[in-house]
Amino acid sequence: MIAFVLRRLASAVPTLFIVVTISFFLMRFAPGGPFNLERPLPPATMENLMRTYQLDQPLWRQYVTYLSNAVTGDFGPSYIYKDNSVAELIGKGLPYSIELGFYALLLALIGGVTMGTIAALRQNSVLDFTIMSLATVGTTIPNFVVGPVLTLVFAITLSVLPAGGWGNGSLSFLILPMIALALPQLAVFARLTRGSMIEALHADHIRTARAYGLPSRVVVVTHAMRGAMLPVVSYLAPCAAALMTGSAVVETIFTIPGVGRYFVLGALNRDYTLVMGTVVLIAIFVIVFNLVVDILYGLLDPRVRHD
Amino acid sequence: MSSRVLNLRTAVLLGAVLLGSAPAFAEAVLHRGNSGEPQTLDQAHTSINIEAFILKDLYEGLTIYDAEGKIVPGAAESWTLSDDSTTYTFKLRADAKWSDGTPVTAGDFAFSLARVEDPKTAAGYANILYPIKNAEKVNKAELPLTDLGIKAIDDKTLEITLERPTPFFLELLAHQTALPISKASFDKNGADFVKPGVMVSNGAFKLTSHVPNDQLVVDKNPNYWDAANVKLDKVIFYPIDDQAASVRRFEAKEMDLAYNFSADQIDRLRASYKDQVHVSPTLATYYYAFDTRQEPYSDVRVRRALSMAVDRDFLAKEIYRGSQIPAYSLVPPGMASYGEPSKADFADLSQLDREDKAIELMKEAGYGEGGKPLNIEIRYNTNPNHERVATAVADMWKNTFGAKVSMVNLDVSSHYAYLQEGGKFNVARAGWVADYADPENFLALNLSTNKTFNYGHYESPEFDAAMQKSYAETNPEARAKLLHEAEAMLMRDQPIAPFMTQADLWLVSDRVQGWKDNAANEHLSRFLSISK
Repeated sequence: MIAFVLRRLASAVPTLFIVVTISFFLMRFAPGGPFNLERPLPPATMENLMRTYQLDQPLWRQYVTYLSNAVTGDFGPSYIYKDNSVAELIGKGLPYSIELGFYALLLALIGGVTMGTIAALRQNSVLDFTIMSLATVGTTIPNFVVGPVLTLVFAITLSVLPAGGWGNGSLSFLILPMIALALPQLAVFARLTRGSMIEALHADHIRTARAYGLPSRVVVVTHAMRGAMLPVVSYLAPCAAALMTGSAVVETIFTIPGVGRYFVLGALNRDYTLVMGTVVLIAIFVIVFNLVVDILYGLLDPRVRHD
Repeated sequence: MSSRVLNLRTAVLLGAVLLGSAPAFAEAVLHRGNSGEPQTLDQAHTSINIEAFILKDLYEGLTIYDAEGKIVPGAAESWTLSDDSTTYTFKLRADAKWSDGTPVTAGDFAFSLARVEDPKTAAGYANILYPIKNAEKVNKAELPLTDLGIKAIDDKTLEITLERPTPFFLELLAHQTALPISKASFDKNGADFVKPGVMVSNGAFKLTSHVPNDQLVVDKNPNYWDAANVKLDKVIFYPIDDQAASVRRFEAKEMDLAYNFSADQIDRLRASYKDQVHVSPTLATYYYAFDTRQEPYSDVRVRRALSMAVDRDFLAKEIYRGSQIPAYSLVPPGMASYGEPSKADFADLSQLDREDKAIELMKEAGYGEGGKPLNIEIRYNTNPNHERVATAVADMWKNTFGAKVSMVNLDVSSHYAYLQEGGKFNVARAGWVADYADPENFLALNLSTNKTFNYGHYESPEFDAAMQKSYAETNPEARAKLLHEAEAMLMRDQPIAPFMTQADLWLVSDRVQGWKDNAANEHLSRFLSISK
């Protein structure tokens, strides 16, 4: 098991290297640079800036410099947010994104699995159709619609929740962004759970369990759930990585000081280092959560063993 | 009996709680929306008004803008100008102090301004202080820093020598780039001098905390020389780049001020918030540039025809819902030293007459219906409002000339990079916001020597000569006359077609007192207060 984890972590190194290399060069294909603003800079200033940030060096040298610095944990200065390094920006924003993302994940997982299970147990009933229609709505309505609607209702009309900001970090500030963030994922979890649960309920070992006269609750929770959770668990990895690295849309709508916006902002402003920093961050999250899921798989499915 | 004791206790507790929270109630806090996250709080690197609003509350320059947008003494209480108009001598306020209690000295100003010009600093806005003697050469590393025309005569006297008479120099000094930093703090903290807990400032407020993309809090600076007249105890800046989110937070009463919202919201907001909606014309022009290097845009008749065919009233009223004003001059109105700008000669015609003339001109040039086909590509930076304008303009050109119009949009970086690097185009959108309230700032965009900003590569020796003369002219009226002549040539040749003078949109809550709309869009929190 430990050998498995170590092996996986070792294979993460080349993966990260490839991700960094591809995004480094892709980024440079985009026209313009970090200092091409609506208000253009005079050539002398531009030269000073390019020299200071070593953007006047040949591309391969910039790449080598970037790599050697990144290995030591130095992801460079942000070209746009000049008072901060990329590491500082991500360091400041990440705790907010993780906290919000974690709550959203919890809400999506618990809500989605519960709804999916209920729908599966009452297959083709009115309840099933209602839940599944809601789930379809949840996936199809984008959160840039859900977010503002929630604010209009709860912050402006009813005045019971704040319209945005992190405030003191209390729950009241988190509720609306959490719902906006969780809704699409909740819908996915509900659909996944329903599908695999229906399949599990028709499996031979469940029929056997029922034939033994085991109580229905035990059959569903202990026996069917275990198998039904496999697709849910495999979806967990990308979902957790996406939620905890923040969403540009939700963070912008609710002014959450997280890291989600940095990828989009960085790309639009040609803040090369900031984009690279967020790419590495997302890659690390995906790799780690995939590993966690593989381990969970081993625990859930006796056919999968990591020796 | 026991229940009575309990009640007494509760009463005492309740009283204590109320008393304890009383000061918090009395605190005057302004919740100030800002249209995004500041990219820096370093005066050498600042470039956008998001930062200006914060920095000007934290620091005070030699000159400042008052509530009405007029230049008044700031950290300098008075100044004199030499007879040849090239040497300013500033007298600093005796009681001007930094937030750590140390005095603000002429040396601090000399150090800060020199730091901006130091090529090692790579200040993005170094050029705004180029009128200072040798500043440009110092910034290009052609001369040592010691040759810069700034001298601290004594602790409270600062002498600044200029390259040539610069009528707008006092305006430049009010720009956030010219704000001072404490030399002592910079020597001690280096680049960290901008961080909360470290920053030392000389303005009405001092930096308390800053969570990027959440809020930036400044508290009243008790060491400020005019602290007695500062009515706010605290200002919280909320960085919100999403305009709709900004409006929602204003509507939820979480913010007292919201800056810039989508123009299509104006009617709705006016209906609900009436005079809390402020539309204030600003020193900014929305224009289209023609690429004068190529046919048919090298033909002045074609440029004039295309410009005349654009119904500016429609753009301003229908697309921008009155949040912009139709413009026929590059220089916006509202500059005291310039007066009424020189408008294009077709400004006084009705739109129908303009169209008739435009069709004639186009025929003369041999394009459009019956002539050579007119295929026009409009380039603009991605933005819903710019798209609406481009669509409308395309429609006007199609209807008037039977032109085939296509549109290309790129994100803002790519769009401007393309234009600045001399990329060829037909027609391109551009905008210009004044760095300082002087027509030169707009007109110089069209000098043939201006390789970066003269997108359409307009080359007119006549225009260049008029501009050169204006630089040498020291008499303000004579200078204004020369600039008017230059602008008249520009409007005759239409290398650019100005469409609108932009306006700043503010939502100002009824709670806010002391707010005055002004073209400079300067609103120091120092002049504001909050009614309970």
